[in-house]
Amino acid sequence: MYKAKVYVTLKESVLDPQGQAVKESLHSLDYHKVADVRIGKYMELQLNAGSVNEAESVVEEMCQKLLANPVIEKFRYDIEEATA
Amino acid sequence: MKFAVIVFPGSNCDVDMYHAAADGIQCSVDYVPHTANDLGQYDGILLPGGFSYGDYLRCGAIARFSPVMDAVKKEAEAGKLVLGVCNGFQILLEAGLLPGAVYRNESLKFHCRPVQLRVERQNTAFTNAYEQGQLLNIPIAHGEGKYYCDDATLEQLRKRRQIVFTYTDNPNGSLADIAGIINEAGNVLGMMPHPERAVEELLGSMDGLGLFQSMLKNWRDAQHAAV
Repeated sequence: MYKAKVYVTLKESVLDPQGQAVKESLHSLDYHKVADVRIGKYMELQLNAGSVNEAESVVEEMCQKLLANPVIEKFRYDIEEATA
Repeated sequence: MKFAVIVFPGSNCDVDMYHAAADGIQCSVDYVPHTANDLGQYDGILLPGGFSYGDYLRCGAIARFSPVMDAVKKEAEAGKLVLGVCNGFQILLEAGLLPGAVYRNESLKFHCRPVQLRVERQNTAFTNAYEQGQLLNIPIAHGEGKYYCDDATLEQLRKRRQIVFTYTDNPNGSLADIAGIINEAGNVLGMMPHPERAVEELLGSMDGLGLFQSMLKNWRDAQHAAV
């Protein structure tokens, strides 16, 4: 059993209005050191895969196909062995 | 002309779409569920607005893998007319039948009100009943309708005249004021505003009716040409 941690974020070229709103909220709480906020998605997948390599290739495929939209988003993932 | 209104779990403008085709232009219409896998008997396919699959993950991201979407792709490739409105547009984008993506409105607000559109291209299967540059009063109702594509795609859209409708007063932050685009072949149109909600005076505007009349005229002309 493997655990995949998938991070999906907006591409740098894509404006993030949610991040802007949160940044302004932090500023209004006097956290003026915050220069920028970008909001993304975090997903955890439990996988029945035979090896790390197999888990990696299926996660890559799932990200391309469904979990991220390559027009506006980019993704990365970490895979670790998990105890079932 | 026979239409299919595709019904996904969470569609909620399917009845309006049905009404526009059945009563607006007096055509025969069927509701077709997301599980269907053959749309061969239909001349026009309508993807309605709503919140298919709860908008989970991204709007349209899960609906695009419905069995019926393979059939929609097949008919689109065969040249049949396909119209996607609001969530229907989002599904067409996710399915890759139209280029680009839409996401959260710049204001972060859900906008539900009439807006003014400009017809940027009149010589399409969906806009031939309008005048070039005509201004239309059509409602929008979306929280995630901000159109985005990369610079190269925008240049292609402009070069091939695929931008069909723009907002005169951009409500959502869409790139280049884009409200609706067509595919290169000219038979698949997607738009965020709701023409099916503007087909009779009682609804506050009849400006959306022309879109359905255009589809019907396009189909009739093709029938005559074939005879």
